[in-house]
Amino acid sequence: MRALAPARRALRAFPTLLAVGAAEAVAYRAEFVVWLLTTTMPLIMLALWTEVAREGGPVGGYDTRDFTAYFLAAFVVRQLTGVWVAWDMNREIREGLISMRLLRPVHPLAAYAAENLAVLPLRLLLCLPIAIAALVAAGRGHLTADPLLWFAFAAAVGGGWLLGFGVMSAIGALAFFFEQSLAVADFWFGLFYVLSGYFVPVALFPAAVRRVVLALPFRGMLGLPVEILIGRIGRPEALSGLAIEWAWVAAAWVAALAVFRRGVRRYSAYGA
Amino acid sequence: MRRALQLLGAQLRVAALTSLQYRADFFADGVMSLFWLAVTLAPLLIVFDRRPTLAGWTFPAALLVIGWFTLLKGVLDGAVNPCLVAIVEHIRKGTLDFVLLKPADAQLLVSTSRILPWRGADALGGVAVLGFALVKLRHLPTAGQAAASVVLFLAAVALLYSLWILAVSIAFWVVKLDNLVYLFGSIFDAARWPVSVFRGVFRFLFTFVVPLAILTTYPAMALLGTLTWRTGALALSGAVVFFLAARLVFGEALRHYTSASS
Repeated sequence: MRALAPARRALRAFPTLLAVGAAEAVAYRAEFVVWLLTTTMPLIMLALWTEVAREGGPVGGYDTRDFTAYFLAAFVVRQLTGVWVAWDMNREIREGLISMRLLRPVHPLAAYAAENLAVLPLRLLLCLPIAIAALVAAGRGHLTADPLLWFAFAAAVGGGWLLGFGVMSAIGALAFFFEQSLAVADFWFGLFYVLSGYFVPVALFPAAVRRVVLALPFRGMLGLPVEILIGRIGRPEALSGLAIEWAWVAAAWVAALAVFRRGVRRYSAYGA
Repeated sequence: MRRALQLLGAQLRVAALTSLQYRADFFADGVMSLFWLAVTLAPLLIVFDRRPTLAGWTFPAALLVIGWFTLLKGVLDGAVNPCLVAIVEHIRKGTLDFVLLKPADAQLLVSTSRILPWRGADALGGVAVLGFALVKLRHLPTAGQAAASVVLFLAAVALLYSLWILAVSIAFWVVKLDNLVYLFGSIFDAARWPVSVFRGVFRFLFTFVVPLAILTTYPAMALLGTLTWRTGALALSGAVVFFLAARLVFGEALRHYTSASS
């Protein structure tokens, strides 16, 4: 039972950490809105792909309304799964501020997780009007009617968040080893944009590329929950997608914890 | 005016000397810009894999737009964004005082304070894409077309710079704006597509509010010889208007600056 004590402690502190994070999100409203505006890429892709479909008919099984539903859902999922832990960690490690977190009795990754989760209510508040507009515009038929798939969607979004957070905190912890760890984050985002379904639904890739993309972690962070939500894939495909996604979640967290632990050992800021 | 040019020269010299100390960055930045070029091209390749044309643009013609986009991105990453980060930091920490105390134009000083030539590696990629597109089009632009596109590209740089100054001015009112760079980048990202691809709200937005058309589509059209004189002249005057507006707003914003000491 002793081994579980840190986890219990983290769990007990979690509600308070969440409340603090939510208060911070409200305090820095302007930055929050700016961040929201930076994630408008799905809307631009929406404009682009609906034009493609309008001009020459459906592409890869998507007509204009399918594209609308897809990219609106992508916008909402992106809001729900976006984390910025790599930037915070990079800055705090470089400036030695992370010492403060190391002193606290809660694992720093748990504290970061709480901060990144705490903004979700505010983001949801901003997203819900869009989600409702999507329902009206794209028609009810575009959302999956299968209740089991709604659970699968929840699991896929949760997995997407955990996966993104795991990878981003592993990258953030790289700052213990070299300063430019954010370049790695940039690289990761480049791959994410292309391979997750953010620019293009995965179904539109050539078959050979698609097989590779389905096995990579990127789709789990965006394409998978979106496709489940708008009813593009059925139960078997959703299940296999979830299996791949959660395997990557486990891998990402193992990596994050390992990098963080090794990093802390060589951390040498003043007072550490 | 002569003083301003001298100052600009001095700042560029310092930037060049600094960058020569970090020669390894050239390779790192070069590799990254190749990578981002690939990321930029991916959706384009998928679209034209399915369709011969989009909104009247063929693949090589759309490549011209990407070429100008990449070139402009080199300017953005090499000169505009680093300075933007620097000034937002100055405002937050109150160290802008040191800049304002200097006997020179504040706007000129802050906008040339941190230039990173190696990041301009994108520009080389942009030129390569432009060349490749012209070869694929089998189109040799006339001297007039080439000159017009270069002039329009300079207007695009001026416009980008003005948009940036306007964005920075917001930081005087809203102090915590670390992610301004990302906002700027994400809006700019839409400029990789010919503007005629967009319809309705987006077309309006990208032509009048954030004039992305001027940034990349018009230089590409000038190179193709499909841009009318009237549109070109309008684009130029649009850039001038934005430039003057940015100058005005920045002066107004400076007066709202609460320094570290007051």
